[in-house]
Amino acid sequence: MDIIEHYLYTKEHEWIDIDGKIGTVGITDYAQSALGDITYVELPTDGTDVEQFEQLTSIESVKSASDIFSPISGKIEEVNEELREDPALINRDCYEKGWIARILISDDDETSNLLTADEYRSYLESLDRNDPGESSDE
Amino acid sequence: MALQTPLFRSHVALGAKMVEFAGWQMPLQYRDGVLKEHQVNRQGCSLFDCSHMGEFLIEGDPVACGLDRIVTQAIVAMPLFSCRYGMALNPSGGTLDDLIVYRLGKEKWMVVVNAANITSDRQHFLANLSSGTCFEDVSETTAKLDLQGPLSREVLVRLVPEAGQLAYYTCGEFSLLGERALISRTGYTGELGFELYYPAGKVQALWDEFLTDSRVRPTGLAVRDVLRIEMAYPLYGHELTGEISPVEAGLLAFVDWNKEFIGREALQERQRSDRRRIVHFVSASRRSPRQGHKIFSTEAEFVGEVVSGTFSPALNAGIGIGFVKKEFTEIGKNIIFGEAAGRESAVVTARPFYRRGSLKA
Repeated sequence: MDIIEHYLYTKEHEWIDIDGKIGTVGITDYAQSALGDITYVELPTDGTDVEQFEQLTSIESVKSASDIFSPISGKIEEVNEELREDPALINRDCYEKGWIARILISDDDETSNLLTADEYRSYLESLDRNDPGESSDE
Repeated sequence: MALQTPLFRSHVALGAKMVEFAGWQMPLQYRDGVLKEHQVNRQGCSLFDCSHMGEFLIEGDPVACGLDRIVTQAIVAMPLFSCRYGMALNPSGGTLDDLIVYRLGKEKWMVVVNAANITSDRQHFLANLSSGTCFEDVSETTAKLDLQGPLSREVLVRLVPEAGQLAYYTCGEFSLLGERALISRTGYTGELGFELYYPAGKVQALWDEFLTDSRVRPTGLAVRDVLRIEMAYPLYGHELTGEISPVEAGLLAFVDWNKEFIGREALQERQRSDRRRIVHFVSASRRSPRQGHKIFSTEAEFVGEVVSGTFSPALNAGIGIGFVKKEFTEIGKNIIFGEAAGRESAVVTARPFYRRGSLKA
C-alpha cells in the first residue's frame, strides 16, 4: 500500500496534506483498494463547517457505500469538482488528483490526534494481522 | 468455520477477495475489480464457481412421488432434458426457496436449490415426498461452474462440440475431460450461458482448462449480484423469503394454478390480501440504492424499503429493487430513496433493467 511520508492520517483511512492554514483531504490507497471501483462521490458543500472525525461525505462503490470522516475541523474552502464526472479518479490517484476537499483549518492543535506516516503504516500492519475482511450482503 | 469449495485455493491464488456467503468461503471479486468483471461477462466470457449451491436427485412419477406438489411450476409435461424455474412455498404462501427443476429421465429429476437453504429444503423435501421415494442430496459431491457471456458457447464447444446445440433452458449429459458432465443452457446473468454440474473431486481440472482460454476470466459474487439485479432476477433472502409470496415478488408466471401444490390455497387468498408489491427503479444519478434504504413518495410519505441495490455499469446509474405499497408500482412514477440524510429521486421502471443481453442468442 502506498503511503505519502509528509501526509497525516486517520484510523478511518483518510489523509490530510497541510499547507499553512489549508488542509487537502482524501482517502488512502488502503481505503480505495478496499472500496473497489468507486462509482459516486457525494461532494460536500463549499462553505460548510466540519468537525474533526465527523462525517465529511460519503463514497459509493459498485456494491457498497462508505462514510468519509474529516481529519480536521474547519470550513470547506473547495471541493474537487472533477470527481462528479470521474469518481474513479480516486482509484487511479488517491493522493493527488483524487483529493476530495480543501479545508480552512480552525484548530492546528488537532493535528496531534492524527497519525504520522510511520504510525499509519504500523496501524495497517496491525489490521493485516487481524484481517478486517469484507462484508457482502449478497 | 465456513466451508470451502474444491476451488478455494485457486480463488486465493487468483487474488480473490474471499467473503463468507451462506456459510461458504466464496470469491467476492478478483484482482481486476467488479467493473472489469462486468465487462468480461457482458462482452466476453466469465467463469463463476457456484459449487456452494445445492443439488437433489429424485426418482419417481412426478405426481405420485410428491415432487409436483412441492414446486409451483408445471413439471408433469416437461420434455426430457428440459429445465424449469419455480418455487417451493410454505403453507402460508411464503417462499421457502426458488429453484430449477431438471428432467433427466421420464422419472428422474434434479432440483437445484440455493446454498443457504440446502438443509431446510432437504427437510422440506423429505417431509413431503411420498415415503419410499428415492431422494439423494448430492450437493457435497457436485461442483457447479457457470460459464456465462456472449462468447461462452464458442468457449464451451471447443471442449464439448455437441453442447453448442443446447436451446435455452434445456440440458444434456456429456463427456467432458473424461468425466460425465450435466450441462444446461441456463444462468443468472442475462447473457448466453451454461451451468455445468461436475464431480467435485475433478472440477479443478475443468476450472483450469477453462482458464487456459484467454477469452475466459474468473468472476465473483459481487458482479454476479450486479448482473442479476440488472436482469431483475430474484435472490433468496432479498426478493424472496419465508414471508414474501410470489404475488408480492411478481413471480406468478412461475406458478401453475392448474395443479395442487403446497401453499396454493394461501397464495390464492394472498392475491387479494397482500398489500405490497415488488418495484424496480432507476436512480436519477450514479448514486445507488442499497438494501435497507427507505422508499418515499414525492410527497415524502414512507411507502416501502429497498431489498437489493447496486450501481449498474450497463445503465451508468444506480438501480434498485424494493417492496412498496401497491399504488406506487406504476411504471414512470417518481419516487425517492435513501436514508433520511441523503435522498435521491428515481423512476419506477419495467423489468429487466438490462435488455441488450445475449441470453437467447
